[in-house]
Amino acid sequence: MEPRKKPNKVYKFLNSKNVVPYLFVAPFILSFLVLTLYPMVQGIIMSFQSVLPGQVNFIGLDNYERIFNPTFYKALSNTIWYVVFTVLILTIVPMMLAIFLNSKLVKFKTLFRASLFLPALTSTIVGGMIFRLMFGEQDTAVANQIISFFGFDAMNWRFTPWTAIFLMVILASWRWIGVNILYFLAALQNVPNELYEAGDIDGASAWQKLKYITIPQLKPIIIFVSTITIINGFRMFEESFVFWEAGSPGNIGLSVVGYIYQEGIRQNDIGFGSAIGVILMLIIFLVSIIYLIATGTFKRGEN
Amino acid sequence: MKAKKNKRLLTVLATLGVGIITFITIFPLISLVVSSFRPSSDLMRDGISLSIDFSAMNLDNYTYIFTQASEYWDWYGNSLIISAITIVLSLFFSSMVGYALAVYDFKGRNFFFILVLLIMMVPFEILMLPLYQLMIDVQLIDSYFGAVLPMIVAPVAVFFFRQFAIGLPLQLMDAARIDGSTEYGIFFKIMLPLMAPSLAAMAILQGLGSWNNFLWPLLVLRSNDMFTLPIGLATLLTPYGNNYDVLIAGSVLTIIPIIILFIFFQKFFIAGLTTGGVKG
Repeated sequence: MEPRKKPNKVYKFLNSKNVVPYLFVAPFILSFLVLTLYPMVQGIIMSFQSVLPGQVNFIGLDNYERIFNPTFYKALSNTIWYVVFTVLILTIVPMMLAIFLNSKLVKFKTLFRASLFLPALTSTIVGGMIFRLMFGEQDTAVANQIISFFGFDAMNWRFTPWTAIFLMVILASWRWIGVNILYFLAALQNVPNELYEAGDIDGASAWQKLKYITIPQLKPIIIFVSTITIINGFRMFEESFVFWEAGSPGNIGLSVVGYIYQEGIRQNDIGFGSAIGVILMLIIFLVSIIYLIATGTFKRGEN
Repeated sequence: MKAKKNKRLLTVLATLGVGIITFITIFPLISLVVSSFRPSSDLMRDGISLSIDFSAMNLDNYTYIFTQASEYWDWYGNSLIISAITIVLSLFFSSMVGYALAVYDFKGRNFFFILVLLIMMVPFEILMLPLYQLMIDVQLIDSYFGAVLPMIVAPVAVFFFRQFAIGLPLQLMDAARIDGSTEYGIFFKIMLPLMAPSLAAMAILQGLGSWNNFLWPLLVLRSNDMFTLPIGLATLLTPYGNNYDVLIAGSVLTIIPIIILFIFFQKFFIAGLTTGGVKG
């Protein structure tokens, strides 16, 4: 045994059960104050200012009045389409795949599961670079080879409005599919088996079991996955950056965060960028709340 | 007899269906690896194409990257250093906070926990401009420390460690106290080793996040030799560039550390991902 040190007052104080938890939590408090609360308050303040190096002026609502311009509307509509498509694809497709991967019908499950997860390990930049080469404008690029096989004309994927959004959606869907499959698989393992046995006794078909047992049981995870996809969708930046870097023609690939980056960093107009940030936060907040109310998440007593 | 035959047909169809989707999903990665052996001029001219000429394939892109592309290795080193710092510091601080929130009864505990949950919901992009301004003011632009600072106490990790630490055997603490151990000794010598599985899972998640992180390093890191891999590779994606030799072979090499990390800790990773997220 170690020889006991003489109890010193400071030492005793630092080791008391009343003080220790606060010391443990201190890094969090500090980082919350410096890295969350301060920038949040500062961001709101800056949104009412024009911020130039060494010169800060209060300009009231000017930044907010400037926001409602065609570029912002374009960025917002691009982002909304992106959110709608990614939510639909990244909820339905991984759910169906997880149901299949959880059934006895499919063989080689471990191999499929691991392979479907692989894209999540790459960065959006690497993924985007591959997609740029696959969806190149040349007739020889994979995507064009495939569509011309089906009799369509080769496309200029990166420079046509709808295909621009399609590229961003498909890149995000590709990267996140495996992660969402894992969420659904975890949830499927918690569906009580008795429900299916009861269904069997009542002579339910596979389709009826899916509709009346599996999907209702998966409802909480469907809401979870779709909610984080909505929130992440509004934060989209990299998918756009990797296809068009500085800017897409007619802003066909601009996202709201991309607009913040363009104005706040590139144009060095931090005040205006902050105002867009505040608006974006309100939008995310509003959409999430409406979505959660609409899906009945706040209702108690159900389930 | 007929039912059995039907079932076998269904099995084949279902496996085939899932197999096709899986193939489509990993096709981009396969074509990345295949293309990395093609001359970069081919990629410029054709993009990634279905017709592959194996006789035209060679190791030139890799030779180039290993012998000529010294900046690529700067980026690689930066990414390794930044990810390592992020993993070590975020595991250290977040596990401490999560542990305290789980095992100690103290005033404000619930308040702090709710705060963690709330911060999880604030998108980083909202905070980034004021933080960027702050980094300029305290002169942390273009430094490793500036690049990792916002990732050190990750609320997701705090939440995850708290969920894990709730299940720790608290009797061990009393036993250790009777033996004269300090509260810090209890944490570092007894409880932290018990939290090893959750540490492994978070190490991978934080490592993955940091290795692939883009937006914040893009703002903070300015000079070419301070770039991380994603930023460095993104700078090569210019409309006029013919950097495909670095770009494509470099991309393949980028995935390697993550694959190693993943294979090594796969079991913890999947468990970690699911417990950490679903209960959110």
